[in-house]
Amino acid sequence: MTDAGRHPNITLHTLAEISGVTGYVGNFEVEIIKRAKYVDETACTSCGECAVACPVVFPDEFNEGLASRKAIHIPFPQAVPSSYLINMDECMGRGCSKCMDVCDKNCIDFNMSDGVITEKVGTIVVATGLEPYDPKAMDEYGYTRFENVVTSVEFERLVNAGGPTKGELVRPLDRKVPKSVGFVQCVGSRSRRRGGEHCSNICCMNTIKSTLILKEHYPDMEITVFYMDIRAFGKGFEDLYNRSRRLGVKYLRGLPGSVEELPNGSLQVAVENMATARVDFHELEMLVLALGINAPRGTRELQEMLGLQLTPDGFYLEAHPKLLPVDAATRGVFYAGCAEGPKDIKESVTQGTAAASRAVRLMHKGEIASEPITASVVTDLCNACGICARVCPYNAITVDVKKKIPAVVNTAACAGCGTCGAECRNNAIVLNHFTDRQINTQTDAMLANRPAEKIVVFACNWCSYAGADFAGVSRLSYPSNVRLIRTMCSGRVDESFIWRAFESGAPVVLVSGCHIGDCHYIDANKWTVKRVERIHKKMAKKGIRPERLQLSWISAAEGVRFARVMADMEDIRKTVTGEEIRDTIAILAEP
Amino acid sequence: MKTSVVNRSFTTAEIVPAIGVYVCQCGLNIGKTVDCKKVAEKAATLPGVALARDITYACSEPGQMEIVEDIHAHGLDRVVVASCSPRLHEATFRNMMKQAGLNPYLMEMANIREQCSWVHMETPGAATEKALDLVTMAINRARLLMPLTEEIVPVEKKTLVIGGGIAGIQAALDLADNDYQVTLVEKTGSIGGMMARLDKTFPTMDCSI
Repeated sequence: MTDAGRHPNITLHTLAEISGVTGYVGNFEVEIIKRAKYVDETACTSCGECAVACPVVFPDEFNEGLASRKAIHIPFPQAVPSSYLINMDECMGRGCSKCMDVCDKNCIDFNMSDGVITEKVGTIVVATGLEPYDPKAMDEYGYTRFENVVTSVEFERLVNAGGPTKGELVRPLDRKVPKSVGFVQCVGSRSRRRGGEHCSNICCMNTIKSTLILKEHYPDMEITVFYMDIRAFGKGFEDLYNRSRRLGVKYLRGLPGSVEELPNGSLQVAVENMATARVDFHELEMLVLALGINAPRGTRELQEMLGLQLTPDGFYLEAHPKLLPVDAATRGVFYAGCAEGPKDIKESVTQGTAAASRAVRLMHKGEIASEPITASVVTDLCNACGICARVCPYNAITVDVKKKIPAVVNTAACAGCGTCGAECRNNAIVLNHFTDRQINTQTDAMLANRPAEKIVVFACNWCSYAGADFAGVSRLSYPSNVRLIRTMCSGRVDESFIWRAFESGAPVVLVSGCHIGDCHYIDANKWTVKRVERIHKKMAKKGIRPERLQLSWISAAEGVRFARVMADMEDIRKTVTGEEIRDTIAILAEP
Repeated sequence: MKTSVVNRSFTTAEIVPAIGVYVCQCGLNIGKTVDCKKVAEKAATLPGVALARDITYACSEPGQMEIVEDIHAHGLDRVVVASCSPRLHEATFRNMMKQAGLNPYLMEMANIREQCSWVHMETPGAATEKALDLVTMAINRARLLMPLTEEIVPVEKKTLVIGGGIAGIQAALDLADNDYQVTLVEKTGSIGGMMARLDKTFPTMDCSI
């Protein structure tokens, strides 16, 4: 921590958040909001006189509310930067000013305001961490009702030498050292009903560590761990587990069904004994809930800003689960730590180092080759209507509508989604590598033989095509008459592609892309929605059943959904008769 | 600002290409389900295809060598690799093209593993038929591909690290020690994150701060 705080190459912004990101790999522009601390952090020597003078007392978040702090406070004694700060929602302000009176350095300034910093960076490491599960939702364990039921995070503070009790484990109700302590595993993890379905990875080892600390401090303490499975899979982990058992810690398979408080403040825990199939009652003086790990708040906002993807349990999705474990699908963005999924300290450190090395690999030459998959304008055909410039999510196209100066693409800013090409009414925009002809020729090929049996699918590279790959990796079978055409974005799927498919005898067509809000090209897929709505209307007008064109959002993590959507498409295809297809071809052949 | 304007419609694709088609067995991953030989034989009859064969592991060093040798020996100007997902090996085969002296964008992949053999294991006949369709689609597309050149863009030698927990700190320190500028942004008043709140940490049982 201190190394990071004083490193000459590291600029530290605390109490700060990212409010906007624009640009692309190598050239991101980031906007950071730095909240006011009302204390000059460069001048503050953290002498602490201000906090002594401050009359406003609040629960201390760092100690999970088990201790108190003042409105002016330091987050924790070893904080980096080592500076006090004022929570203005709590402070009594100028009328009080007691802290100002005692501060020799004059570092307190009530007029300080939030600042906005803009920075240009080449790469971004997302290390947004975790949020422990909130056990209030799972009240059969009595967290909200009984004082002696604490969370694993509260427990950590209670046994911490720097914590409110200086490391003495006392139970909250009467501040006595408990003679018996129980641990409940998987609180908010591995449950289909509440919390996450995922294994939180660290709670087994955290509990084992806690039992060892307790046995070291209180050898006679009776410790019972209620668990589903003990997952001691890492290096040295099994050793610790065995050590804990050797010291007399009881491990019982089975999670409590109910917890009730006894008159003496102890807890009666009812657990089904899996071995005897009987319900046993355990009387314990204190109960610790081993909380699972969830993705932190703010994950979605950052995901939208950076065009990232999430797994169904809310963590960030890596570009490849084995081969690119710290890369995001967005080039130049990397993950480290629990942002990508629950992991322990060693793994987080490993990932931090890995992310750094991936970032260095990208930056060290000082230049990178950018993909040439960008839009180009065929100037002869452009009538300077300005639609392309309006739909471009990157503002990469300039057109002078008034002076009728044709469109020009700034290829450095163009990301290659192809929405401009799909929306252009004069075919004046060519998306390199995904031209109309290059796409239509694939439709022609797949519909050359027995078209009535085929399902035409347009899939975006980042989500739906990746979702199909995921279905493959998971060996999920779906109808074999599905044929995918890859585009970079669903925004590229031109109206003419759909008509071309129906003209050629396609029974059904699916356009698929990233979920709204997850689009890899900011929000290009909103134009996909509008376009499909427009085509649906035209289909209805022409007498073609609109259901034959479907729009579906499938993310890279939704292999199961991909397979299901394909099965649904097959169901729709079966309702399309040969006669209907012939009629459609005739209708579309009319001038 | 670099701009790109094309003053003509694309017509160059009408030149007769010499496409090499490689149907990868991927060991048994594809070979067990899809009749790769048959797909290659059919592909060889398609217009523009100069050569088509099945191959055990296209992505392996010997596999790539075989393709590069063919490019030189038969004067191939475009390549279709029918194998796994382009999301996995497109970069591999684009590099191979560069090595062979061809434009990397004249290579097209047909995904006959993730989107064919792995999802139609029960119906090898239908899988082979689908593979042939996918290869035909890729050949059609390969015929119309245009050479493209990558643009070189400057890179800011600076990293933004979002989050000052142990992972973010580690990333920031490693980058900073390598002489890159780092901006470390932390939501709370201090870096340290969850780890700063823990007592001893396993497996070494030492202090976390």
